[in-house]
Amino acid sequence: MEPRSEAELAEAVAGAAGPLRVVGGGTRPIGAPVAGDPLPVAGLAGVSLYEPGALTLVAAAGTPLAEVEQTLAVEGQRLGFEPMDHRPLLGRAGVPTIGGVAAANVSGPRRIQAGACRDSLLGVRFVDGRGAVLKNGGRVMKNVTGYDLVKLMAGAFGTLGVLTEVAFKVQAIPETEATLVATGLDAGEAVDRLSAALGSPYDITGAAHLGPGCGAPEARTVVRIEGLADSVRYRAGALKSALGGDWQVIGDEASAALWREVRDVAPFAAGDAPVWRVSVKPSDGPVLVAVLEQAGLAKRAILDWGGGLVWVEVDDDPGDGGAAAIRDELARLGGHATLVRGSDALRARVPVFQPEPAPLAAISAGLRAKFDPRGILNPGLMGRC
Amino acid sequence: MEMPIPDPAVVARKARLVERLAAVLPADAVIHDDAETRAYECDALTAYRCPPLVVVLPASTREVSEVLRICHDEGVPVVPRGSGTSLAGGALPTADCVLLGVARMTGVLEVDYPNRFVRVQAGRTNLSVSGAVEEEDFFYAPDPSSQLACAIAGNVAMNSGGAHCLKYGVTTNNLLGVTMVLMDGTVVELGGAHLDAGGLDLLGVVCGSEGQLGVVTEATLRILRKPEGARPVLMGFDSNEVAGACVADIIRAGILPVAIEFMDRPCIRACEAFAGAGYPDCEALLIVEVQGSDAEIDAQLARIMAIARTHDPVELRESESEEESARIWLGRKSAFGAMGQINDYMCLDGTIPVSSLPFVLKRIGEMSAEYGLDVANVFHAGDGNMHPLILFDANRPGDLETCEAFGAEILKLCVEVGGCLTGEHGVGIEKRDLMLHQYAGADLEAQMAVKDVFDPDWLLNPAKVFPLSVSDTRRTGRRTGRQTAA
Ligand SMILES: Cc1cc2nc3c(=O)[nH]c(=O)nc-3n(C[C@H](O)[C@H](O)[C@H](O)COP(=O)(O)OP(=O)(O)OC[C@H]3O[C@@H](n4cnc5c(N)ncnc54)[C@H](O)[C@@H]3O)c2cc1C
Ligand SMILES: Cc1cc2nc3c(=O)[nH]c(=O)nc-3n(C[C@H](O)[C@H](O)[C@H](O)COP(=O)(O)OP(=O)(O)OC[C@H]3O[C@@H](n4cnc5c(N)ncnc54)[C@H](O)[C@@H]3O)c2cc1C
Repeated sequence: MEPRSEAELAEAVAGAAGPLRVVGGGTRPIGAPVAGDPLPVAGLAGVSLYEPGALTLVAAAGTPLAEVEQTLAVEGQRLGFEPMDHRPLLGRAGVPTIGGVAAANVSGPRRIQAGACRDSLLGVRFVDGRGAVLKNGGRVMKNVTGYDLVKLMAGAFGTLGVLTEVAFKVQAIPETEATLVATGLDAGEAVDRLSAALGSPYDITGAAHLGPGCGAPEARTVVRIEGLADSVRYRAGALKSALGGDWQVIGDEASAALWREVRDVAPFAAGDAPVWRVSVKPSDGPVLVAVLEQAGLAKRAILDWGGGLVWVEVDDDPGDGGAAAIRDELARLGGHATLVRGSDALRARVPVFQPEPAPLAAISAGLRAKFDPRGILNPGLMGRC
Repeated sequence: MEMPIPDPAVVARKARLVERLAAVLPADAVIHDDAETRAYECDALTAYRCPPLVVVLPASTREVSEVLRICHDEGVPVVPRGSGTSLAGGALPTADCVLLGVARMTGVLEVDYPNRFVRVQAGRTNLSVSGAVEEEDFFYAPDPSSQLACAIAGNVAMNSGGAHCLKYGVTTNNLLGVTMVLMDGTVVELGGAHLDAGGLDLLGVVCGSEGQLGVVTEATLRILRKPEGARPVLMGFDSNEVAGACVADIIRAGILPVAIEFMDRPCIRACEAFAGAGYPDCEALLIVEVQGSDAEIDAQLARIMAIARTHDPVELRESESEEESARIWLGRKSAFGAMGQINDYMCLDGTIPVSSLPFVLKRIGEMSAEYGLDVANVFHAGDGNMHPLILFDANRPGDLETCEAFGAEILKLCVEVGGCLTGEHGVGIEKRDLMLHQYAGADLEAQMAVKDVFDPDWLLNPAKVFPLSVSDTRRTGRRTGRQTAA
């Protein structure tokens, strides 16, 4: 079964006798393992509309992300949300698809300024669990016509419908970028500095802290600025004096390479220790890391989004990959944690996504029952339902 | 406008309902006197009015929860209301409803500069959210023109935007979390002071759901540091087409202004006559504003003006002072007032792909001749959100109907060229019956399925958003007939 069109895909879903495992490029095996027949969407490919003057692009869901990025680059444009490539972290080959990016709501460091994938996603077409072809949103920047199911589909990991087409808002690639780098700060100090940078008027597009052993022996705290060359020079200087302390400025390729490293959580690549992705209030990032370090759980941590996105590599020792410790702490702090890397056995054993309070769990289950009444789309991937 | 016939059984239970509500709310928070409920009979779409059965003005999440539990119990529809500035009839009551106003919930609950968020009660006005963080030079970005009056509750429900959303996005892009009460009284938290949702993005679907999924009582909003400065440039062109091409070229050049506003000749004339902003007499006017330090602004404006020059502008005026900036914006900001002086008008709100701008303006001109009603256009050109203002005479019989028919044609045109029926005002009752032009029945079914999950009895703000014909079966049992709202 390899659908080549939306109609074929709809037919495949409608005619499916059992569970389906929706496969884009096979690069992001996030979630509880799914037992089911693979339903590949790679056969639905191609950019169908691109208007550089309107900053919009529409593509079939199976279009390789690289093809989308190349098409945009020809016009000096890009996806503003800087989608992460999960391949290094998860040790996967394969071709990431634009549908997979949307389904997993994959965003990178620029999320703090440009928003998440879901904020750039303007419209979707999808096939629900009955095989009905549906659409929501459109291809214009502002649209409040009816409910915003676009947001609901982004990050649903294919559990509410199989995306067949996505429309994105894109942005211009700026003339240049520069990054301020400080070394040796502890996580708490680093997040203070990052907060100061993000609270400045200098339009920061990246603010991260790589702990010791994350690509360099010493910790690195990094702040990115993008724009017209003169403007970047001015803001980098102004920011440097506003922040105080010892900052080095790197530009162009060195800066770009550094942010690819942060984006892809590259320092944790090629390992198999469990990796969690935790979303918290920025000032709570260092608190969480300290608690896990004290418990002897955290091996290494990278804080992105000014401290609000914590990537933590833990020891598998307690048998739950640190799930209990992390979630206990989050019960106090607020926020949520997702187990992004873990063996199939571990991902089958502990809830990969943050367990929801009962009323929200009931709503999520209710929505799944409406969109996928037979429970055949990536069943169980986001938790029992 | 067709509205469901009020449920006589509910109306008959008014006394008991009032008694139960009064038991959980302070005496002055339950309004049931006919003279007083009349104050809530409409929102800013004043053509349609209907006083609610009862009005309640709770002051806390707990009180909202108790009110909803009672209404759920009694099977009474509830219409949430912020400040009543909706232009789509989103907060229009029904004669058998409890209108739940959040106007007494205006507190600031938490301001956190290091983490860049503010948590407020939902009745707080948009502008006063910025006011609460101004001392540290922060602001809340979405800035609907109604920002002095409209409440965050309404902004969340309508996913409101403003002139600066080209750069900063609309409400959904700046909303981190809400406290919301479900129709059965259950209090839930969606999102929080952190970015991104865990699990399904329920916050994303609640934002823009027009008060039909739950009553929002608190909101956690992202705040941003103010830019160092801002400066506009005024450009005049002798055709809409050329002005449209100039907009596309600016965007394509990789410069992201914070605002690109477009006015056509009828609008320019009216605004000039009203405000005396010193606008040139031309076919199309653009106001382009950029932000940053002085040097950055100079650099950006130099590029923008160079692009504009390639399009032979009849006027190109960079602001030289704060005072001149204010004057450039004055005309644009008084557009609605200016049109109101000339005539009654109906303000539409559709979005089109920017590339279709010249074609759509030309078609609107042709239709204007066919319908015999003048139209002035003012809109956010950067994102294609148009506000055609159709002029009519409310005292002339038939004019309103002609105006409505013409408006519907324009909105259908927006959809035909790849756009949508509403970019920021919402569907409400106003565009309810046009929904089938943008969405197939199955698409609307999918949206209504979401309401089924949040509000299985369809008690929250019913008869809005979806054409009555498609929502009928879900509302029957409770609602059997229809009537026309006066
Ligand atoms: C027993 C087992 C065997 C497996 N064998 C393989 C294998 O042989 N090959 C392989 O590639 N993977 C395999 N996986 C991993 C599995 O395919 C992933 O869990 C996931 O279903 C595939 O998505 P993806 O890797 O293509 O990710 P992406 O394409 O990056 O997609 C990310 C997420 O989005 C969903 N998704 C992708 N495209 C769409 C779309 N258009 N609409 C809606 N949702 C979408 C995916 O289901 C996934 O949840 C296996 C998993 C298990 C448990
Ligand atoms: C002069 C003028 C200019 C305007 N300019 C703009 C503009 O530039 N951009 C723009 O987007 N809009 C604009 N609007 C429209 C309007 O101001 C916005 O839609 C605003 O968000 C409505 O807020 P409100 O508090 O007045 O809501 P209301 O009118 O009271 O209600 C609007 C909707 O929100 C729902 N609601 C209210 N409170 C709650 C709650 N607590 N929980 C759940 N649902 C609730 C209501 O049921 C209704 O559906 C303008 C209106 C006017 C009159």
